[in-house]
Amino acid sequence: MSSAAPSPGTPTVLPADRQKIVDLGFVPVRAKLIEVAAFLDRVERYGVASDYRCVAMRAALSALADGKPERARRILESFSDPTTEPDAVSTGKAAYGAYRPPGA
Amino acid sequence: MRYIEPHGHMVSRTTDDYQAMVIAGCQAVCEPAFWAGYDRSSADGFRDYFRQITEYEPARAAKYKLPHYCWLCINPKEAEDLALARDVLALIPEFLAKPTVLGIGEIGLNRNTKNEMKVLEMHVDLAVKHNQLILVHTPHLEDKLKGTKLISDVLKSHPGVKPERVIIDHVEEHTIKRVLDQGFWAGITLYPDSKSSPPRAVDMIEICGRERIWMNSACDWGHSDPLSVPKACLEMRARGYSEEFIDQVVYQNPVRFLSQCPKFKVGAAG
Repeated sequence: MSSAAPSPGTPTVLPADRQKIVDLGFVPVRAKLIEVAAFLDRVERYGVASDYRCVAMRAALSALADGKPERARRILESFSDPTTEPDAVSTGKAAYGAYRPPGA
Repeated sequence: MRYIEPHGHMVSRTTDDYQAMVIAGCQAVCEPAFWAGYDRSSADGFRDYFRQITEYEPARAAKYKLPHYCWLCINPKEAEDLALARDVLALIPEFLAKPTVLGIGEIGLNRNTKNEMKVLEMHVDLAVKHNQLILVHTPHLEDKLKGTKLISDVLKSHPGVKPERVIIDHVEEHTIKRVLDQGFWAGITLYPDSKSSPPRAVDMIEICGRERIWMNSACDWGHSDPLSVPKACLEMRARGYSEEFIDQVVYQNPVRFLSQCPKFKVGAAG
């Protein structure tokens, strides 16, 4: 991964010191990544790793290390309902975080 | 630092929050109509709520010298009951002339149902008929992408809707480009656990530019932070952005959109 230049189109205004972006983000994001790992260990330990949301999370993780850009967009899309027509009735007020495939 | 909080459900917050926001530089707060956490049993419940956000809440904010504006609608979370929705929509015109009402919102979808779509269309008709600005709520989590597509299709297919008078809120990385590409304004909501964080919001601005974008806290009775907009300013400062850049995002942009309603009288956008 080159540090010579930002990706095309970003940023619109260049911060004075690009290295700062690593200094700012690394430790907080490291903590979140460990939370993900601990969560996946936890659901396995509790025997519920086959829950459709856990399945969706493991599938989403592949985008983190595939070397392609727009990881956030692609992960959000992977959790999204892929259907296009309005639902006949509401199944409740709250969303669940991941699309539940039929039969899951 | 100065900023506008363009989306805050202040009826759910304490007066301490008003004080903290003003100390942080808030110049005005705008309150979209919202779900109360339970379904109201009749249109009279909404009449009382509309009085609360057009009369009582501006007076409470005024104690802190903070201008308070609002938007009116029946929230998508209560849009499954079509009869109730029609009764509530019939109430709205009598409140539109109130001096702090900016438009119709936050309308949109929650679980992307057929009834929610019908109520969305009724709201859009009402807004066009009364020449009102529109503030749109997009669904949560796995429903957001589909809902944003359905909402933008409704808005684009209505001949009376002017995209520059519509803000579509709660955008994330998978919806922001669709919203901006269609000429709408985009709202980025800063939440602790969902929607966007301050770093991700600044990323979206870096990628999509700072035009037709605002940031808000959408603070309500749930897990939310009424100071999230100034915290996003700190993120921009930490990355090296100028005070002028930050001011455009958190002050001038919302003022520019909201000033399309002549009742919004907070500062010149320049």
